[in-house]
Amino acid sequence: MSSKQTGAGFEIVAREDFSDVTYLLEVRHPSMARAAKPGQFVIVMCHENSERIPLTIADFDRDKGTITLVIQAVGKSTREMQQDCTDGTKLFAMVGPMGIPSHIGTPKKVLCVGGGLGVAPVFPQARAFKDAGAFVIGVVGFRSKDLIFWEDKFRACCDELIVCTDDGTAGVKGMVTEGIRLAVERHADIDECLAIGPPIMMKGCAEATRPHGIKTMVSLNPIMVDGTGMCGGCRVKIGDRVKFACVDGPDFDGHTVDFDDLMSRLGRYKATEREAYERWQEGCRLRSQVDADGAAVKS
Amino acid sequence: MAVKKRTIRTIPQERTPAREQDAVERVKNFREVNCGYTQENALREAERCMYCPEQPCVAGCPVNIDIPGFIQKISEKNFRGAYDTITDTNLLPAICGRVCPQETQCEQVCTVGDGKLEPVAIGRLERWVGDMAIAENWTNIPYIEPNGLRVGIVGSGPAGMACAADMAKAGCEVTVFEAFHEPGGVLKYGIPDFRLPNEVIDAEIDNLVRLGIRFECNTLVGRLFTIEQMVEEMGFHAVFIGTGAGYPSFMGINGESLNGVLSANELLTRCNLMRGRDFPDFDTPIQPGKRVAVIGAGNTAMDAMRVSLRLGAEKVYCIYRRTLAEAPARIEEIHHAEEEGIEFHWLTSPVEILDDGNKGVRGMRCIKMELGEPDDSGRRRPVPIEGSEFEFEADMIVYAIGTNANPIIGQTSRLKLNKWGYIETNEGLAASIAGVFAGGDIVTGAATVIEAMGAGRRAAQSMKAWLGLRDTEVVYRDPPDGPVDRPFGFDPSEHDFALVRIPAHSAATTTGGAPA
Repeated sequence: MSSKQTGAGFEIVAREDFSDVTYLLEVRHPSMARAAKPGQFVIVMCHENSERIPLTIADFDRDKGTITLVIQAVGKSTREMQQDCTDGTKLFAMVGPMGIPSHIGTPKKVLCVGGGLGVAPVFPQARAFKDAGAFVIGVVGFRSKDLIFWEDKFRACCDELIVCTDDGTAGVKGMVTEGIRLAVERHADIDECLAIGPPIMMKGCAEATRPHGIKTMVSLNPIMVDGTGMCGGCRVKIGDRVKFACVDGPDFDGHTVDFDDLMSRLGRYKATEREAYERWQEGCRLRSQVDADGAAVKS
Repeated sequence: MAVKKRTIRTIPQERTPAREQDAVERVKNFREVNCGYTQENALREAERCMYCPEQPCVAGCPVNIDIPGFIQKISEKNFRGAYDTITDTNLLPAICGRVCPQETQCEQVCTVGDGKLEPVAIGRLERWVGDMAIAENWTNIPYIEPNGLRVGIVGSGPAGMACAADMAKAGCEVTVFEAFHEPGGVLKYGIPDFRLPNEVIDAEIDNLVRLGIRFECNTLVGRLFTIEQMVEEMGFHAVFIGTGAGYPSFMGINGESLNGVLSANELLTRCNLMRGRDFPDFDTPIQPGKRVAVIGAGNTAMDAMRVSLRLGAEKVYCIYRRTLAEAPARIEEIHHAEEEGIEFHWLTSPVEILDDGNKGVRGMRCIKMELGEPDDSGRRRPVPIEGSEFEFEADMIVYAIGTNANPIIGQTSRLKLNKWGYIETNEGLAASIAGVFAGGDIVTGAATVIEAMGAGRRAAQSMKAWLGLRDTEVVYRDPPDGPVDRPFGFDPSEHDFALVRIPAHSAATTTGGAPA
């Protein structure tokens, strides 16, 4: 027996689909559920030959002993997980909670901004701010009404909630920066802001708050391999320093982050990613062809 | 058994060569370069040991293996006995035989090598015995009486593995925690298969599992639970930290964040542990370069260069600011790298990495160096030569210039660290929290596998003393004032006496002994 088979994987106990690209997995891991704090993430391998990918912990239930991941299917790994993972299946590897937990402190009024998938990791932080006694203004943004998720969870922990859609099919028409503009107009006393979403969105939010001098924390999502600070693949430029997002972050002061560098480095495996995705899609097409032919032969 | 007296003239003069994969062939595969000895090779090489009385090789070994002892058993064709002798001190001979820098340890001080002859090939003999043990499925698992004490080991690299083995043999219940999904630490992610195959590592780990050691992977100690929790809540009586020094260094020159610049650790982890070389069967991407420049000349740099060749690079350069004489890598690896066609650029230092206009690498600008006065480490400090800058083409730059302490334990516990972030310990490797010990790279900074193993074993010795366990390495004698408080020379505070049962029929003839 190879000692590699330590533990039989991590069981998924629930699956929910928010759209055809966004889905939720609830994974049983009692000790991680106890240890997890807002802002932390895990590194996951779906199967034995999968790559290691970071996913933010979107929620944790210490009583039930589970942690929740909200995932967007953008490439081979996340599409494969979307296809293969459901309650009863297991993830080959999952380690965490990684990263320095978000600093909550005791601000009086906070602005929590989530863009698209970023809405999920913002939730535990918004909840923590609320529990710490802050007045929480939530801004959540989606491309359109069909993609909205967790609005109810946000309403439960935010004193004010501004929903934005790019196409105007719900709430305010515009990107989350429009929501920020409205919030800042109404409240002159926001102590700090948290913004999580695609890098271009976080950059936009940082620029929206900079003129008002509101400290804005962002959660960076570079490519990672180990997540424990030993490869440097996740290095990001913060001011004039280089930091590793996995052990020095993932939260950083948005006004000092070099977002252009982050976005450029995120694209360094584009060619390989495209090749992998096309190959996987071709494999799926062939498999369904074989199944269809098999069914035709039987009938 | 008397060994016929050997002299420097009667032993076989030539060192027995080991078969190696041809350089042209081997750059296309990840199979082992050094194929090891055959039985005939091993017997001949064993003839070369003169069993000199000084035995400098034993002292030269960081864990003091009884080298003449195991060589003699090889000569007697008692190969199982040779394995027993080695594993008395070192439970992982197939690994050490491959990766130890014997040329600076046992073989450097070998009496045979003193004069014009080459030293006895101790490393190759050790490896041969270790490989035979794996092939024959030998294990040295004695009966071990459990003592009910629990020991936690953080990190499944060489330091943790060595400490775990010793503590398990002493009867403790040992659990090794590893953050990755596979155990082995730097042996798995850092050292490529053509130097240390993963199967060999797994076979040696299986031996540890048979000793009763439990490996829990996917566990990030410090974040999932802290060191303090291990000692205060989780019931561990002692903890050993062997988390290593993997945090890679960069130089801070322009162009370091271009796509195509990465640390050797990242390249090696993607290729070795994540099997990136088998893309697309394994998903982790590498995107290897065609013209690769590796900065550094240590073992990690050699590994990074030779891996790049095997991933399909047409040209691989080694950029090092000092000369071959100062290069820290194992001499065999430098030779292998030269044979494989890697170009060495000594006395060269990078100045800037050049953008290809698309955020990728098109080349590097370097400056030539010359050696000036020695620095703190005793090596001559390289000084740039004014006006000697030059550029060359490259599409991938790999940094292998050194590493720093892994920060996670330091971030999550009250353990005292030194100013560079390494864990502070006393000579017994005890850290600043009672019951917590540390060894290997996380204490000393980046060093070798065998030094980490030596540290794991030294820490185990201290841990046994801390737990009040009888240390089987120490010979007990009556104290000078007689055996008053120490029956049989054993301190009553020790936990595990061996209770002696006296058979009923001989009770009449014995005068002492512990109650049956």
